[in-house]
Amino acid sequence: MTTADRYYVPHGSHWPIVGTFGMLTLVIGLANLFNGHDWGQYLAYVGVASILFMLWGWFGDQIHESLKGLYSKQVDVSYRMGMTWFIFSEVMFFAAFFGALFYTREYAIPWLGGEGAGAWTNFVLWNGYEATWPSNGPAGIGGEFETIPAWGVPFLNTLILLTSGLTITLAHWAVKKQKQLQQVLWLAATVALGATFLYFQAHEYMEAYTELNLTLGSGIYGSTFFMLTGFHGLHVTLGTIMLIVITFRAAKGHFTPENHFAFEAVAWYWHFVDVVWLGLFIFVYVL
Amino acid sequence: MSSVAHAEGHDHKPEGFLNRWLFTTNHKDIGTLYLVFSLTMFIIGGAMAMVIRAELFMPGMQLVDPAFFNQMTTMHALIMVFGAVMPAFVGLANWMIPMMIGAPDMALPRMNNWSFWILPFAFTMLLSTLFMDGGAPAAGWTLYPPLVLQGGNSFAFAIFAVHLLGISSIMGAINIIATILNLRAPGMNLLNMPLFVWTWLITAFLLIAVMPVLAGGVTMLLTDKFFGTSFFNAAGGGDPVMYQHIFWFFGHPEVYIMILPAFGVVSEILPTFSRKPLFGYTSMVYASASIAFLSFIVWSHHMFTVGMPLGGELFFMYATMVIAVPTGVKIFNWVATMWKGAMTFETPMLFAIGFVIMFTIGGFSGLMLAIAPADFQYHDTYFVVAHFHYVLVTGAVFAIMAGVYYWLPKWTGHMYDERLGKIHFWWSTIAVNVLFFPQHFLGLAGMPRRIPDYSLQFAEFNMISSIGGFAFGLAQIFFVYIVWKTVKGGQPAEARAWEGAKGLEWTVPSPAPHHTFETPPEIKPDMIAHPSNAH
Repeated sequence: MTTADRYYVPHGSHWPIVGTFGMLTLVIGLANLFNGHDWGQYLAYVGVASILFMLWGWFGDQIHESLKGLYSKQVDVSYRMGMTWFIFSEVMFFAAFFGALFYTREYAIPWLGGEGAGAWTNFVLWNGYEATWPSNGPAGIGGEFETIPAWGVPFLNTLILLTSGLTITLAHWAVKKQKQLQQVLWLAATVALGATFLYFQAHEYMEAYTELNLTLGSGIYGSTFFMLTGFHGLHVTLGTIMLIVITFRAAKGHFTPENHFAFEAVAWYWHFVDVVWLGLFIFVYVL
Repeated sequence: MSSVAHAEGHDHKPEGFLNRWLFTTNHKDIGTLYLVFSLTMFIIGGAMAMVIRAELFMPGMQLVDPAFFNQMTTMHALIMVFGAVMPAFVGLANWMIPMMIGAPDMALPRMNNWSFWILPFAFTMLLSTLFMDGGAPAAGWTLYPPLVLQGGNSFAFAIFAVHLLGISSIMGAINIIATILNLRAPGMNLLNMPLFVWTWLITAFLLIAVMPVLAGGVTMLLTDKFFGTSFFNAAGGGDPVMYQHIFWFFGHPEVYIMILPAFGVVSEILPTFSRKPLFGYTSMVYASASIAFLSFIVWSHHMFTVGMPLGGELFFMYATMVIAVPTGVKIFNWVATMWKGAMTFETPMLFAIGFVIMFTIGGFSGLMLAIAPADFQYHDTYFVVAHFHYVLVTGAVFAIMAGVYYWLPKWTGHMYDERLGKIHFWWSTIAVNVLFFPQHFLGLAGMPRRIPDYSLQFAEFNMISSIGGFAFGLAQIFFVYIVWKTVKGGQPAEARAWEGAKGLEWTVPSPAPHHTFETPPEIKPDMIAHPSNAH
């Protein structure tokens, strides 16, 4: 808890309502698209554009106000708490998908294979199905497939993300020591590592779809594999965009040793994405 | 937007309707928006309940076709849970928490605006599905696969509505945590906070922990339907039961999200009208935290009949029963607070006492349901319906009404009409028991939930229940009138509207000025609502 001599309360803003409009347009567009109306996609584009416009404008206001020195120490702590709890909510979002992976591997698949009370299920409904992992289920949905070996590109990607954790820390030290060139260079290196990770990941997806017959429709293995790595990839993409933004801000000299919360927020987010990957590497690829 | 600092030291409200309400960053205006929205949803969801009770008035198909009946049960639940009860508590939090802890506003005021304004749009989208081909979602608010995947065009809209509501709740919860942890005035230590603030702090944590899990679960539904995944499809190695686990991992903490702030409201009101400090303040805090912790490890008691291993049945049965211990601590403390107090029975107090008694009835039927072997009989019957309506209507909704009557003078500057308030209480209390008590008997006799028709032996109790339902519905229209009348005028309220009321919110004028604390107030001992070291 922090205390202030005077409280700071921001004036009203029209950005939240722009954001609401964007989100609503996006989901109405997607829902219509899913229901078979092609025009839905255009609505979705409008939604995405509105959200980007909102982010640009809202963050722009924040940066402007921060540079004018309007934010007290107390406001800074509020932002830190906000970011911390936002990341916690992200952790719980991934927990749902990790939970699905553990549940199917530990319970659903063995039961289908006849373990415990599943003996009759197996005998009557899926006679002959043996519980194995990876599996696309007793009906073999999606057909035969191969998996991506852990110790190839995924291991390389692990090293890339771990290195990026190091480079962003070096950038942080540069901020604290007020060495602007180093700041920008280490941030640029982090961006490059993030982009490389995404390139390799896209390459793996291509290979999975074209050569391994591993798709989102490959039963429960394909479902958990692509949803976990896909949402992670989405977060890396988001993180990389955030990194690009703060690289430009670093180049403009926005960050001082005392005031660089935007930098730290991005760094926290980046580390979070990194930790999720370690979980993925162990539980999706290795085990 | 220009980026000048907020011009401090003035009390005038922003000019113009859009500036005042659409772009607002003011916690009181946003609180009002939440409360008005919640009341609107309460009436809409209530109208759906009236359709349900009208259809069930007599055996046989009377008014609506079964598909529409299912849409009504599904939408009634979604609207009441996400549209009425949760926003009402967020509205109370917005209005009261900053005033109770000496903060100028919420910690993240612009995000506060965003979390509110998502709601009316998301619900408009959800309600619009009623007019689509195939109608609104009809598979129950729990959205269980495979049934929900067989729905019509409304499916994707319902899923996205849940996503939007989740985003709104998470942002609201982050804001509340940051406000409570960061914006307390000096001297307002954690263990000096009003209990309403404490219960909301814990609730906010629950929200951030479980709303994303629901988002993940419904996302899997979406990809199962539209992108060929097999999460809930046994043929592909998935399991429809897994959805139930994911859903109730969210769902059980969710029911405490709807009741913990109610505990907080009641814990503020009982001491005021008993003119005694809250009994066992610290134990109340620890009991709330224990309930929150336990809420994460009891979810499978919603699925005893699904075919779980015996070990699972036993674990979830005993874990569920353990919740009775901290809940018992709370009930004991409320009763002990009233014990030998100089009690008066104004409307908020009546609703609070009604809460204690009738929530306890709901708690006891909950214990009955927790007994796994007995639950095999009760599962999916009207006994369950009676149970959760006792905890949610005579529990959560009664506490919200108690809170509204208690703080209306602070919000509007007027006292409500005490005579009308008392009529509203007795009318509601009698009606709600006529409505829900017979449903226990219907359930024990085997009447299933979510069915538009029933066997003849259930006829009498259903008719009684429906009559209670219509009477209860009418009483809430009366409530809207009372609130409206109070907003328009009435006896002016003093700063300390209630003789025995303690706490910081009663030191500011009624109605509370647009901006309450521009500098941190000095907390004096008599401003602390529940001095925990009182002798």
